[in-house]
Amino acid sequence: MKTFKSMLLAVSLMVSGYAVQADEVVVYSARNEQLIKPLFDAYTKETGVKVKFITDKEGPLMARLKAEGRNTPADIFMTVDAGNLWQAAQEDLLKPVNSKILAASIPAHLRDPGNEWFGLSVRARTLIYNPNKIKPGELTTYEDLANPKWKNRLCLRTSKKVYNQSLVGMMMNEYGEDKTEQIVRGWVANQATQPFPDDTKAMEAVAAGLCDVTIVNTYYFGRLMEKKPNLPLAIFWPNQSLKNNSAGVHVNISGAGVTRHAKNEAGAIKLLEWLASEKAQNLYADVNMEYPANLKVKPDAAVAAWGTFKPNLINVAQAGALQAKAVMLMDRAGYK
Amino acid sequence: MITAEKAPVAGAFSFVSNASSRFGPWTVALALALLTLIPVTVVALAMLDPDQAIWDHLWRHVLPELLVNTLWLVIGVGIGVTVLGTGLAWLTAACEFPGRKFFSWALLLPLALPAYVTAFVWIGLLDFTGGLATWLRDSWDITWTPPIRSRGGVILVMVLALYPYVYLTARTAFQGQGRRLLEAAQSLGVSRRRAFFRVALPIARPGIIAGLSLALMETLADFGTVSVFNYNTFTTAIYKAWFSMFSLPAASQLATILIFFVLALVMLEQLSRNSAHYANSARGSGGARRIRLGGANAAMATGFASLVFLLAFAIPLIQLLIWTSDIMVSDLDARYFDFAWHSLLLAGLGALLVVSLALALGYAQRLQPTPGMQLTARLATLGYALPGAVLAVGFYIPVAGIDNLIIDTWRDWTRQEIGQVFGGTLFVMLLAYSTRFLAVGFGPVETGLARITKTMDEAAQVLGTTGMKRLFRVHLPMLRAPLLAAAALAFVDIMKELPITLMTRPFGWDTLATRVFEMTSEGEWERAALPAVAICLVGLLPIFFLVKHSDART
Repeated sequence: MKTFKSMLLAVSLMVSGYAVQADEVVVYSARNEQLIKPLFDAYTKETGVKVKFITDKEGPLMARLKAEGRNTPADIFMTVDAGNLWQAAQEDLLKPVNSKILAASIPAHLRDPGNEWFGLSVRARTLIYNPNKIKPGELTTYEDLANPKWKNRLCLRTSKKVYNQSLVGMMMNEYGEDKTEQIVRGWVANQATQPFPDDTKAMEAVAAGLCDVTIVNTYYFGRLMEKKPNLPLAIFWPNQSLKNNSAGVHVNISGAGVTRHAKNEAGAIKLLEWLASEKAQNLYADVNMEYPANLKVKPDAAVAAWGTFKPNLINVAQAGALQAKAVMLMDRAGYK
Repeated sequence: MITAEKAPVAGAFSFVSNASSRFGPWTVALALALLTLIPVTVVALAMLDPDQAIWDHLWRHVLPELLVNTLWLVIGVGIGVTVLGTGLAWLTAACEFPGRKFFSWALLLPLALPAYVTAFVWIGLLDFTGGLATWLRDSWDITWTPPIRSRGGVILVMVLALYPYVYLTARTAFQGQGRRLLEAAQSLGVSRRRAFFRVALPIARPGIIAGLSLALMETLADFGTVSVFNYNTFTTAIYKAWFSMFSLPAASQLATILIFFVLALVMLEQLSRNSAHYANSARGSGGARRIRLGGANAAMATGFASLVFLLAFAIPLIQLLIWTSDIMVSDLDARYFDFAWHSLLLAGLGALLVVSLALALGYAQRLQPTPGMQLTARLATLGYALPGAVLAVGFYIPVAGIDNLIIDTWRDWTRQEIGQVFGGTLFVMLLAYSTRFLAVGFGPVETGLARITKTMDEAAQVLGTTGMKRLFRVHLPMLRAPLLAAAALAFVDIMKELPITLMTRPFGWDTLATRVFEMTSEGEWERAALPAVAICLVGLLPIFFLVKHSDART
């Protein structure tokens, strides 16, 4: 038996890429490498703790966490979109974290009510319009884009993108399925062309005059304008004067949680707390022109120049819970 | 690390040599089929857990459109790659026209570009907001451009990206034919055109079909290209169920249906092939005369080849180079050496493994040409038809299961924690690649082996050359071109591969393909140009090698 054990050890050392180490945190991330590596490098420099990470899409990462079960090397699961985080919690891949620092740094609507995940940056989905074609007073709400007066003036990104799914999910939260479906049908009818595969293409179509307005995440707008500052595009914050649950600009998050079977739970929580701290939040949000989740931190100057807005304050977890239903609704409405 | 990487390859070689003598063809074939069937079964097990609500929804609102879309795509791409691939293969293999030498390898180059990148470039150029359309509008007041984001557009781009599969396999087949049969036909008074359709084409059919099935399997499994077009296919539904409705079971069920569909097609093709024999005894490629095209015909041949080369490769590459020059200063750093090295190593070792396994499977089938064996061989090569991410998960679940067993047992015995044993190792990565790309290696190898007739084996036997000696002295020289073709295809496919690479790579083992992923997943397509160009450059190596060595004999 003893020889067998030592043989097993020998084999495992030969084929295994890694061994458990105390002084490092392992992250599975669906947020891109170029957006997280600068942060992890800074963390290692400051604390000496190494951060090992691997990137993939959310779906495969969650399937991987599930398959690895209690033996997963991952301490943290990081991703974009509250829907994915909600799903990870739903599948029992995350564990609750009771951290006073996180509770104080991250507003309640940007974290899981059960404390299994925390938003680390805010992604606002707003309206981008062509000022040569639309007068400032014309735009009001997302819902209003279903009005026939926008016929052939609207460009949309595909419904397959999660940002649109969570936007529709949030509307369902206020209006219920039937009314929301009517709104989405209105959008579909008002499209000037078939949906685009990404936000940037939709904005370029607005700039080129193919349509007048589209719905995009602000950081895509920021990136595009940085490259082509002369495009006739302007930002509008919708739903600012509504009083219902749909009030405010729709926001989603990128965020993270500690995995259910984290080996280095304490280290994982420390890293999350650091990511939520004032010094890290600037870097976290600014690399992608997003908004910091920590309200004490001001957004990047270029981002701040777009003006302030009232965000929707319903907990982002709601969108996750309604995501599958939202997808079905958009399918029924013919939103491709 | 290096020792661990080499192990499976060396193992594969001894596997091949031992296979026929010691274990028998069935062992080889069943082992390879199992390697593919385990992940496929893991996926198919989801059938036991139907998600009624999602199914009802998909059935009513999603599948009708998708099935029509998928059918059109398969038909369009199928016809397109066959005509384009076979036509170009005939031109460069059997005819002489200005630029033939250049085109004979240059027409393979589109293989080195990921199809979704080509798609993005073409949409970028031709769509309403694109460079060409904007220029036409601003300078000439022309508001019409071809509607690229359409069914025709997606078919066109996929044909341009996938025709090299048929081109390569058909060309190998035409080269092996020699021209004597054709000359014989012509001497019997058959026109040159008729001789092509009645003699050359039927003999090359297995090769053409091999390339066509690769192209179609890739079409069915594709997600990247159709997403760029927002053209919904069956694969779209698979990913929609998984990523958007969070139902991996529903996604797996759809994938299982897809795989049964592919299996049925493949078996149908096999049946039709069994009714005909294509042993080609009139070889003698040496000194074969090419058909010299003159005047208008030569100009047309050169023009056509140039057009395909421009559309499928040169224009997309130029666009990528323009984007690259914009971001090179900020993005190109020393890490690119690592990325390129990782890509090169994985693709090299992976191609070697794929070709070895394909050769083993090919021999198993040759030695036991029974229907049961043919079915087993088909099953072993099914991985290519599954959407990559689904296959990756199906592969990873059992790997993690074995790891868990080892780790848990170890913990029980020693009270010590150890890390994953197989997960995150190159060994698993290479195995996973071979489940996905065995078809890519097997296609050319199978057609190559079929051209070695029993009489040749018998002649060798009479001369006292048997067993291993026969393999090395008689078969391998004859299999040179198909083996090189198989290796080149597997190499470039692994270079471009994403889902398996993402899921199974060790920490820190980023490749050029994963760089493309990092950029495109947040919509930064222009920044993805740099790794895409790098993939293209590294992917050129095997293509040059392939053409240099396969052309040396004709």
